[in-house]
Amino acid sequence: MGQILVPLVMALVSVAALARRQDVYGAMTEGGAKGLRTLVSIVPALVALLAAVEMLRASGLLDALAAAAAPLFQRFGIPPETAPLVLIRPISGSAALAVGADLMAVYGPDSEIGRTAAIMLGSTETTFYTISVYFGAAGIRRSRYAIPAALVADLVGFAAAAWSAKLFF
Amino acid sequence: MTVAMAWIWTAMVTAAIGWGIWNGQGAAVGAAALEGAAAGIRLAASLAGALCLWSGVMEVLQRSGLGRGLARLLSPVLRRLFPRAARDPEAAACLSANVTANLLGLGNAATPAGIAAARRMRTLAGSDGADDELCRLVVLNTASIQLIPTTVAAARAAAGSTAPFDILVPVWLTSICSVAAGLGAAWLLARLWGRR
Repeated sequence: MGQILVPLVMALVSVAALARRQDVYGAMTEGGAKGLRTLVSIVPALVALLAAVEMLRASGLLDALAAAAAPLFQRFGIPPETAPLVLIRPISGSAALAVGADLMAVYGPDSEIGRTAAIMLGSTETTFYTISVYFGAAGIRRSRYAIPAALVADLVGFAAAAWSAKLFF
Repeated sequence: MTVAMAWIWTAMVTAAIGWGIWNGQGAAVGAAALEGAAAGIRLAASLAGALCLWSGVMEVLQRSGLGRGLARLLSPVLRRLFPRAARDPEAAACLSANVTANLLGLGNAATPAGIAAARRMRTLAGSDGADDELCRLVVLNTASIQLIPTTVAAARAAAGSTAPFDILVPVWLTSICSVAAGLGAAWLLARLWGRR
């Protein structure tokens, strides 16, 4: 269904915009340029973080981390290999993408670990970054229960990602 | 956050070289640094096409008026989640723009709208503490509610997946669980904090 959804959205959106006499092709290329600029702005971060992740992988520390996380992670049904992703996801979006890409490359995108990593990436956010930006900009000094509530959402998201990867595949 | 990343980055590379030497893998760590840097460029290049295409589609969507239709569909949900802010026209418009942009995966549009909504809600609340509605806004923004996770699908395609979008339904299910858990935790914690 995902495979058909994307082309469907593309066609639907173009027809709707054309019906409103919009310059569909101009919007397409303008939006594309914006997307490329966003990507270029994160390339240095991707390079730095993938270098660091590959160094950690080569040193054997990622395997050691997975082994250390195994008792806790297996209790929740989460593959322990995803421990680095779970740790970095709430802090940095580009670091999470780097770790996720590493997991997909090492274990294969269609493996259980690769799929769990992809579902985690697609259904969680950079929690601490978001909270600091929102509360910093709005001048909120007492965050009350916002951080614990957001972390509950993250933890349930990580566990549900692992469960749904098992359920659907 | 950049300060946190400075510490995390430094911890990552020092731990890698320290553990690598201890493990007798020092040379492999050196080679991995260069290989990882190249992999960063390969990842960016393989994401570029999908991101460029999808950003274009989303720009067309914004001009098609379908975004406004989605906002109208959402307004009953927003009125229930943010009863006070929804009565204020400025806060309601920002909230609606924020949630719509999040659903469509437009991070660049979601953040400014969300910040504007948070500012307005703080003014309405008249306190520097996050009220219940502001906490719910943060939970909604820290739990991803993106309908079509294009970046992840592109990363899967780059890694050689046969069906990069087959994670779509699991991603929806996971997002629903995570948002429901976050809002449920916020509801419970609001009662605990209220008593204090």
